[in-house]
Amino acid sequence: MGHLIMKDISFSYLNGFSLRQVSLMVEEGEMVALLGPNGSGKTTLIKLAAGVLNPERGEVLLGEARLRKLSRKEIARRVAVVPQSFNIPFAFTVAEVVMLGRTPFINTLSGEGERDRSIARRAMELTGIEQFSKRTFNELSGGERQKSILAMALAQEPKLILLDEPTAHLDINHQVEILELVKGLNREQGVTVLGAMHDLNLAALYFDRLVLLKEGAIFAQGPPAAVLTEKTIYDVFGATVHIQQHPSAEVPHIVILPKENNPR
Amino acid sequence: MKSRKKIALILVLLAAVLFGAMLLATAIGAVHIAPLDILKMTLNKLHLAHFDPTWRAVEEAIVFQVRLPCVVGAALVGAALATAGSLFQGLLRNPLADPYLIGTSSGALFGLTIAMIFLPATLSFSGFGITSIAAFLGALGAVFLVYTLARIGGRTHVVTLILAGVAVSFLLTAISWFLLDVMGELHWKAGAIYGFLWGQITAVDWSQIAVLAPIIFVGIILATFFAFRVNAFSLGEEGAAYLGINVERDKVLLLGIGALLTACAVCIAGLIGFVGLVIPHIIRLAFGPDNRLVLPASALAGASFLVLADLLARTILAPTVLKLGILTALIGGPVFLYLLLRYRREYAF
Repeated sequence: MGHLIMKDISFSYLNGFSLRQVSLMVEEGEMVALLGPNGSGKTTLIKLAAGVLNPERGEVLLGEARLRKLSRKEIARRVAVVPQSFNIPFAFTVAEVVMLGRTPFINTLSGEGERDRSIARRAMELTGIEQFSKRTFNELSGGERQKSILAMALAQEPKLILLDEPTAHLDINHQVEILELVKGLNREQGVTVLGAMHDLNLAALYFDRLVLLKEGAIFAQGPPAAVLTEKTIYDVFGATVHIQQHPSAEVPHIVILPKENNPR
Repeated sequence: MKSRKKIALILVLLAAVLFGAMLLATAIGAVHIAPLDILKMTLNKLHLAHFDPTWRAVEEAIVFQVRLPCVVGAALVGAALATAGSLFQGLLRNPLADPYLIGTSSGALFGLTIAMIFLPATLSFSGFGITSIAAFLGALGAVFLVYTLARIGGRTHVVTLILAGVAVSFLLTAISWFLLDVMGELHWKAGAIYGFLWGQITAVDWSQIAVLAPIIFVGIILATFFAFRVNAFSLGEEGAAYLGINVERDKVLLLGIGALLTACAVCIAGLIGFVGLVIPHIIRLAFGPDNRLVLPASALAGASFLVLADLLARTILAPTVLKLGILTALIGGPVFLYLLLRYRREYAF
């Protein structure tokens, strides 16, 4: 039985884009990446899995529970989402932002308790942000912010973490740092991960299984070596690439080839 | 995150400031009354003590029938506006939001206009003149209209809400002035309209306070209870939803509380600018943006601010009473500018 099951999902926006009968299963403890060009449906699938969009047809199951039957609070106690970034208009400190992750557990009358504080502290330790916990979130670098958002997600004690292009605006060192952190959580805490990813090579390095989307449907899925081939990448992205073996890991590495009329 | 003890200490201090401000404002006027006497006669009145009067009967009448209702009224208006302002700023993620942003002010003006033109001025209900009631209903009606207009496919987006608020405000304001002008009411009732537009706390009596104080108290307490949800809204609506917030339901609830508080304030005092905008900012700069502190602290600070502003309005050019809104703008504007220049970095986002 999978941890997240999306069964025959159909969804369309007013602007005409639609997902057509997508089925996807993520096993407990698995780390799965959604890949595809802009507008292929990655983010839409993440939002459907998070329950902020509802499918027109089909069903999303979270463990044994139907997502549709769960309240927002019940979903937030099981699923955390890490988006590209958050823009926070006031000067909240990092510790305050991380504590926001406890929102689905906080009782309106009693407020946050010692347990909430210790969970938030642990989340900051795991992501290595304790040293700037008192700084203002808005003053941090992109990488530090993203680690804080990851810590906030961890404070939700989720079974499933959904990533929506979490490294899109980051320098390469921070991209690696974030994915190392997520991979560590996946390995050590058994957190299930489904992530929309932009960078194919990073996805191949850190995720167990890749799902390649094209125009709102699944084009290919499987282990990195099976999904990332010169043919699939040409078919889905229209880009000509050369696939090499990664020098240190058992995964493919994509080398971009310039168009033929523009050789160096 | 501030500890509970620290939050409680800050609130107690602000409450003490409010108490002092109210005492001062009750003591000062054409006839000065000793603060100690005021305390004693109040305790007597509440049957909490029995002091022998060291004051004249006329002084007691001035305190209980003239000054105290106005001082309490000013405190209620200040608390309501500052709470509504911080609620709207947090919920709409807009530091420029004030309690009048989503239609309340123009709705109140519209209600007032209709009442002035079409209803007999002598009508009143439980101590409220018909124009106050019409302003109250107009304020709530306009917010409802704005909210309904901004609702698309079961969702109300914040930007749409603000834009609809601006559009409805312009429209209702224009219609109101048109009616006042064409129907000739503008000349006859210029004083009352002017008083409404720039705010004044004059004809407040205990029966009005008895009705509005409970609503304002409950509104502020509810807002404070839901403050952690307002915090979650800082991440935007989608971010709030990821944290388990039922976004559409809570938005209606919190906007409703803010609109009700604003309408109560309008009902007592007309339109008073800057309290709802500036006080929450000052509180955030002093104590940080956690709404669990910002909301109740703004209420107390807003109350103190307006009590003192009303005292100044009554005294600096006595016997002329300045319009309260003019005074709050004259104080609030420069204070806001000073904060902006001094803490520019905090506002860079």
